[in-house]
Amino acid sequence: PSQCGLFCSQNYPLYIRSVPTENELKFHYTVHTSLDVVDEKISAMGKALVDQRELYLGLLYPTEDYKVYGYVTNSKVKFVMVVDSSNTALRDNEIRSMFRKLHNSYTDIMCNPFYNPGDRIHSRAFDTMVNSMMMQVC
Amino acid sequence: ITEVCGAKRVGYFGPAQFYIALKLIAAAQSGFPVRIESIKNELPLPRFMALKNDTEVRYGTPAEFHGVKFQVPHATSEKNSFKRTDEGDKQEPKSPPMSPICSPPASPSTYQRIPLSYGYGKARSGLEQQHGAPYEVRHSAHQQDGPSSGNYGAKSALTCSAPNRSLSVEREQQDSSTQYSDDPWRITEEQRDYYVNQFRSLQPDLNAFISGSVAKNFFTKSKLPIPELSHIWELSDADCDGALTLAEFCAAFHLVVARKNGYQLPETLPETLLPEYLQAACLKPMRDCALFDSYPEPLPGSQQTREFSRTEKSSAEEVPDNSALLQDGKKDNKQALKVSTTLKAIPKEFQHLTVKAAAQEPNALRARPRSRSYSSTSIDDAMKKGEEPPTPPPRPQKSHSRASSLDLNKIFQQNTQAVKSGWLPPPPPALPPRPSVSQTEQPSEVELHPQMNRPPSQAEENSSAKKEVVLAQPPSKPARRKLRTEAQGLETPELSPTINVTSSLPAVKPHLPVQKQSSKQKRAIQTAIRKNKEANAVLARLNSELQQQLKEVHKERIALETQLEQLRPVTVL
Repeated sequence: PSQCGLFCSQNYPLYIRSVPTENELKFHYTVHTSLDVVDEKISAMGKALVDQRELYLGLLYPTEDYKVYGYVTNSKVKFVMVVDSSNTALRDNEIRSMFRKLHNSYTDIMCNPFYNPGDRIHSRAFDTMVNSMMMQVC
Repeated sequence: ITEVCGAKRVGYFGPAQFYIALKLIAAAQSGFPVRIESIKNELPLPRFMALKNDTEVRYGTPAEFHGVKFQVPHATSEKNSFKRTDEGDKQEPKSPPMSPICSPPASPSTYQRIPLSYGYGKARSGLEQQHGAPYEVRHSAHQQDGPSSGNYGAKSALTCSAPNRSLSVEREQQDSSTQYSDDPWRITEEQRDYYVNQFRSLQPDLNAFISGSVAKNFFTKSKLPIPELSHIWELSDADCDGALTLAEFCAAFHLVVARKNGYQLPETLPETLLPEYLQAACLKPMRDCALFDSYPEPLPGSQQTREFSRTEKSSAEEVPDNSALLQDGKKDNKQALKVSTTLKAIPKEFQHLTVKAAAQEPNALRARPRSRSYSSTSIDDAMKKGEEPPTPPPRPQKSHSRASSLDLNKIFQQNTQAVKSGWLPPPPPALPPRPSVSQTEQPSEVELHPQMNRPPSQAEENSSAKKEVVLAQPPSKPARRKLRTEAQGLETPELSPTINVTSSLPAVKPHLPVQKQSSKQKRAIQTAIRKNKEANAVLARLNSELQQQLKEVHKERIALETQLEQLRPVTVL
């Protein structure tokens, strides 16, 4: 199970997708809480790292094990990815590449003049990309 | 096969019979028994010797695509045109229309409508009534609308149990599915030209980009919902740079047009809309551009007709269609236009089918639509009551405001006969400026004489020899007279030829139409104007030369005076 969330600078969601759709609400909650951690990290860093940032939570709860990764763009758009900890084959580089792909797709969406920043993302191309990516992870 | 499809019974191959026959041929070629039931299976395209296989293959996929597609709206189910719904009753409806659509493109001798009606025939046989009825309705509606060609007569016997619900939309889809190439995602020449013109209106340089905001405003005019436009953009902006090249723009426009006509947007860009594919096409010369530019706007709904005869529609339909996009095309008009365009289209089909049969390459197809569009434009233009005739209407008068020497040549060649008979085109307008000229030219009459002769002769050079012979004399005479003395002296010799002319004119009048006379007078005026201008130029030159002489003379005088001054004291003393 994995989930992907995209949040704008004001921390409201632009895009949230879970691969197995059950327990989605829980994942939503997880993603939201992780935003706080992301914000913390952003403010902690004096000069924001332009490159990928990573947020590794490890075990949040004893009952669930999943890792939450975070990523921030220059415009303070946050990507959050939740993956199952049992998926130990997933390495750091892979996570980075996934975030890179997400970022590229997001840029493509921004290029679309019909997209207003701050809207929810309904792009089918984006969905396809995210789906394929999450399929890899699961 | 003939018997099974019912042709024997009916006595001729109507569309229904023809399609069934094709299906049976496919069945037979695939090894199935020749029976009605066998056509219900999914069959490959029947193989005809005349065809190239790649055509079948090429049309197979988009045909499937569209076969499924136009099923979807009818099924009113969740649409993903690439996914087959798992409802059982959809399977069968889908497969027969699909394969019929596949096979007709393979047969070169089919008319454009044939795939449609084939599909509907199959739909009728294979589908539940609710599916079949709309198809029937659409098809028979087509029948009624179209001209009565023999083949379609059979179809008109179909019952029209038509739900009127979105009939025109269905018709459009039906039309679009009856593409000759059976591919609504293929852009025809006319469409491409129109798109290119629209591109030009947004961005004059064809090699440059249209920025995102400009494109957004433009496509927003099409009144499609923003998410759909967003999706269209996603599809068409292949390099995701936020700007549209010509090819991308054509693709986007095409998608907008398709969507406007009820087509579901594809998930991915159809291959015929890929920028690489379009690049080659877009680089073709834009022949019909001029035609399109001024086409009247308010003929909406020709979208369906565009789809209908993609390779055959005239530019006129394209333009009104696309402008309708921008103007909320109305269904009524669509139907009306469809009627009119089908009328046009059908005769074209007959002409062009054999042409198409000859070669099925995409290039050939592209080349042929070009020629076809020319022929169709003429009829369409006629239909539009000559709003934009392909050739400019014949000029009402051979003479016109512009005095071109060529025209004069023609005119005077026409007049050579009249001239021979002693009739002169009137030179009188040349007279008035001359008197003033003469007053300034008296001193160096020798100099002027040849010069004055020159302009008139120059004027005459342009006209025919006859004119020169005839007119050179009168102008030269006045010139000589001018150089001598009075202005009045000028008038008379020039007047005399005019008098001759005018006297001859009345004689000529009964023979010539009044228009021609006035036109000849106009021409004479024009020649006179030209002559005067030339005379003016000559005189200006003369003037400058004389001024020079004057200056030199002045200098000499000054030199002499200084000498005199120098010498005077000597003499005084």
